[in-house]
Amino acid sequence: MSTIGSVAAAVFRESVRDRVFYNLVLFGLLLVGASILIGQLTAGQDVKIIKDLGLTATSLFGLFIAIFVGINLVSKEVERRSVYALFAKPVTRSQFIAGKYVGLLLTLLVNVAVMTVALYSVLFFLARGVPAPIQSAWDAPAMDPALLKAVLLIFVDLAVVTAVALFFSTYSSPMLSAIFTLGVYLVGQFNADLKRFDAIVDSPAAIAVAKACYYVMPDFSRFDVKLAVVHGIPVSGAFVAATAAYAAVYIAALLFGAMVIFARRDFK
Amino acid sequence: MTAAIRTRELSKDYLVGFWRPRPYRALDRLSIDVAPGDVFGFLGPNGAGKTTTLKLLMQLVFPSSGEAEILGRPLGDVSTRRRIGYLPENPYFYDHLTGEELLDYYGRLFGQGAAERRQRVSGTLDRLGIGAERRLPLRKFSKGMLQRVGLAQALLNDPEVLFLDEPMSGLDPLGRRDVRALILELRDQGRTIFFSSHILSDAEALCNRVAIVAKGRLAASGRLTELQEFAVQGWELVMAGVPPAALERVRARARRVLTIGGDRYAIDLPPDGRPEEVLRELIAAGATMVSLNPLRETLEDVFVRRVAEMGEGARS
Repeated sequence: MSTIGSVAAAVFRESVRDRVFYNLVLFGLLLVGASILIGQLTAGQDVKIIKDLGLTATSLFGLFIAIFVGINLVSKEVERRSVYALFAKPVTRSQFIAGKYVGLLLTLLVNVAVMTVALYSVLFFLARGVPAPIQSAWDAPAMDPALLKAVLLIFVDLAVVTAVALFFSTYSSPMLSAIFTLGVYLVGQFNADLKRFDAIVDSPAAIAVAKACYYVMPDFSRFDVKLAVVHGIPVSGAFVAATAAYAAVYIAALLFGAMVIFARRDFK
Repeated sequence: MTAAIRTRELSKDYLVGFWRPRPYRALDRLSIDVAPGDVFGFLGPNGAGKTTTLKLLMQLVFPSSGEAEILGRPLGDVSTRRRIGYLPENPYFYDHLTGEELLDYYGRLFGQGAAERRQRVSGTLDRLGIGAERRLPLRKFSKGMLQRVGLAQALLNDPEVLFLDEPMSGLDPLGRRDVRALILELRDQGRTIFFSSHILSDAEALCNRVAIVAKGRLAASGRLTELQEFAVQGWELVMAGVPPAALERVRARARRVLTIGGDRYAIDLPPDGRPEEVLRELIAAGATMVSLNPLRETLEDVFVRRVAEMGEGARS
């Protein structure tokens, strides 16, 4: 366990040194700048827009990190041959994969947490100047705790994307891994449509393929509850839990696949 | 006694070609035994299979056939890695870490506690002569300094067996001297050292046993002194101030006498030419000795001949 922790800590340190967290400053500026601009709009709309913008940006910035750091996690070490000295130490290849994954997850966790705090801060200042009667007419309060559900699912979404990126990075080049990961992510956004393919197509074969795709590919649209939360539509705890469990199955399968592939790989 | 390193019929095929991959044999049925305490030179020209062998032993690549053991354990055994050290060829580490941080990271992987790590890291860096540079990021390191860091990480766990892939490469003459001294020091502590090199003078100065590989195959192996190729083939005696009469007496026993300049002569004696007697006689006549050296076929010559023989073997 401590071996995985050591590898994870090294990943986290590298992210810090590579200035991955610079994007937090960018995020903060974006949010504050946007809130000043949007402050000119009708009361009530501005809160929704800030929430939506904040959550979307959290998700997008995280996605960038998950993909572009994720695809390099393993392939960079193999290409630059730093794995040579590493695997002469008492580290198994599976521990290496697990450590890399946990390390990037930690980076993403810090990232998402800081962005969430920034979002709540902006919302707090925005709500301060608004009289209580107007606030009570909003779909959801400014400091709505339900936002945390959306944030949690964003993090779960990023955890799946990271696992996908890591999986591809164990055997293909960073460039290809990026394309594959982005591909899986985009297809996953529209995955729910595949399930309902029988509504628009008659061919049983096409329907079967679409259904198979649906069950194999992760359904990334499930993780997106931003709109519901912003508009004050309740998201049940059971849904969040079930979605997290669904993600856990994918993550476990992807990490297992990555470990199996990586365990047999020759470093030429 | 268990061999420190043992390989049996170890072979590795790589697939080459994109459209129609075909196997290329990088290592062909290598069987060697390295006894504990040996300084074993694994010699061969570039592309002979030296690095492939080391990678197989480190499980960076997997054998196509054959087997190997380190310290009596099969290769896959991760626990063995606590007892070995490995310096890869042209080592690369992490640019963003300093020398100190790199070793600290590896120390963690060995499960060393904080106090032990601090002590070992600074001790090992001191030993390799890495001073204040240890606090600089590795991307600022020269090739020679990286090589030293590479050696430091290989020694961090106080290994019983050391695998060094071209340990002298990229080092200046002073660095080479330091590494030689280090290897001899480790030998005196009873450690086993397996190193690959295409620089033969290093091997001659350090090894008690060698194996020569060429084209993926073992060409010769044994104690340096036992290998026929390294037997003394004559003596070169350089003397100054030799009286003409004495020189004439010696000339009859020498294969040839060269005048170097001034009053110096290089006297080439056959293997059974009894250099001690000749030396005594010339000194009695008033000459002074400049040097006396055994003449051997150099490892380089052996190399070239063996490689040529194998080339012919492959063609016939």
